[in-house]
Amino acid sequence: MTDLTNNPTEVQPGGLMVRAEGVRKSYGLVEVLKGIDLEVRQGEVFCLIGPSGSGKSTFLRCINHLEKVNAGRLWVDGDLVGYRQKGDKLYELKDREVAMKRRDIGMVFQRFNLFPHMTAMDNVIEAPVQVKGESKAAARERGMALLERVGLADKAKNYPSQLSGGQQQRVAIARALAMKPKLMLFDEPTSALDPELVGDVLDVMRGLAEEGMTMIVVTHEMGFAREVGDALVFMDGGVVVEAGHPREVLGNPQHDRTKAFLSKVL
Amino acid sequence: MNSLHKGPEATPGRHEAIKAVPVRHPGRWVGAAVILLLAAMLIHAIVTVPAFKWDLVGHYLFDDRILHGLVVTLELTALAMVMGVLGGILLAVMRLSPNPLLSGTAWVYIWVFRGTPVLVQLVFWNFLGVLWARLSIGIPFGPSFWSQETNVLIPTFVAALLGLGLNEAAYMAEIVRGGIQSVDEGQHEASQALGMSRFDTMRRIILPQAMRVIIPPTGNETISMLKTTSLVSVIALEELFRAGQNIYSRNFQSIPLLIVVSLWYLFLTSILTIGQYYIERHYARGSNRALPPTPLQRMRGLFQGLRSKPAPKPADAGVHGGGGEGGGLG
Repeated sequence: MTDLTNNPTEVQPGGLMVRAEGVRKSYGLVEVLKGIDLEVRQGEVFCLIGPSGSGKSTFLRCINHLEKVNAGRLWVDGDLVGYRQKGDKLYELKDREVAMKRRDIGMVFQRFNLFPHMTAMDNVIEAPVQVKGESKAAARERGMALLERVGLADKAKNYPSQLSGGQQQRVAIARALAMKPKLMLFDEPTSALDPELVGDVLDVMRGLAEEGMTMIVVTHEMGFAREVGDALVFMDGGVVVEAGHPREVLGNPQHDRTKAFLSKVL
Repeated sequence: MNSLHKGPEATPGRHEAIKAVPVRHPGRWVGAAVILLLAAMLIHAIVTVPAFKWDLVGHYLFDDRILHGLVVTLELTALAMVMGVLGGILLAVMRLSPNPLLSGTAWVYIWVFRGTPVLVQLVFWNFLGVLWARLSIGIPFGPSFWSQETNVLIPTFVAALLGLGLNEAAYMAEIVRGGIQSVDEGQHEASQALGMSRFDTMRRIILPQAMRVIIPPTGNETISMLKTTSLVSVIALEELFRAGQNIYSRNFQSIPLLIVVSLWYLFLTSILTIGQYYIERHYARGSNRALPPTPLQRMRGLFQGLRSKPAPKPADAGVHGGGGEGGGLG
């Protein structure tokens, strides 16, 4: 199989892809993240679990600067997210610079967020053509390969409203992959799907993991986390409660809150 | 499936196509008769009253002066709407910008132009030459690099265009803003996450989707603009209404000429209504799984049906582009 993930070779395997130190985020007076510390390694499948409102989605959105961090530091591939540091002073990045960084980070949303006025193929080639200036022909060819890979080559000309939820989410994954990201963020990718459609999406994600894509996955799919995950973090109330290998945390939780949560979802 | 239908009343006849007696609507027949009667009375009144002078209406309908006015009206409508739509998009984007300078400027513009009558604005643009005899570009209170006489720079047609177009931009700005805000927030996030710039996001993702909300009121604005151009007659620009006025000020046949003018306005608005229907369809792409046929397609289908009656329609399958795989749609 061709290497569609196209991991940059200069990053040595096992190196740090994401590092968070004391990351805090509040909306008005409500603090949703109360100091998150964690590290995601290159090539790792990193699962974030926890009850709704625990801040896991917010943290994910901080990584590509869809949300601004209020305190602490967050690095992606060695670069500070959203800021440039000179001496001990921080300078906000311009919109263009932020957009530049986002090219390398793919994101998949709970509600798919496909562009409804474009066909599946046009969704996939939109960013490569508009952002990277690829030729349409070249982008289409690669787009077809990507759609084939998520099992939807025959749906290239369909609009999102003509696709099932599972198909839409797979197109969304193909769309994110089209930018050849070095990191993929998944924000509850299967939560809005009918149970019978979840499997297809998870299969695609499993394939990505096997190819060595670095993935951060906010999920309620404990089976997926246990089977595919390399690391897992349980968050609650804006803090990391427990972290470790998925099999350890899910099989032998140490903390009471983790136990209580897992007893409800497993 | 079988078990559901295995009741005591299950008979072979249950699977036949239903042939029921439709509900009767006697009230509709009575109502239609009343309306027909009233319509006949109205037509009788219009046709027989001599003041309408239908022969004159026919005579002036294609008069050169009227047709020339018609062209001016069309030009004015088209150009003012182009100005209004482009200006409106610009103002709406400014208004939604996080930059307070831009949003503030747009707010003041909309406040002034929506808050004063368009008739006053038209007269103002026309009298600009009285206020400032020359317009120049230069440093305020300093030297000027370029200057021109106002009345040369802004002839009546341009004054009319400015008056209508700038006013329209203020209204269009609010329509466009409503359209932009109707697009799901997730669309912004998805395009940002792909690394698209704010400009590209607006141009490629948000505005095309906002169009579905923007188009219907814009159609109304265009139809309204077509009629509003008649206000321009006050600054003596010879458009359709003014052309009619000029003729009846000499021959005093005001009613027939007003009918001529009204017929033309009615004809043009009808055409615009048809155009609006097709533009709305275009922007409904992706929102409806399959668009209903247009009246034209329906008529063509009817004729084909009359000419030959093949049992199934094989052409239907192509519309859906493959369709979904059994129940996969959701």
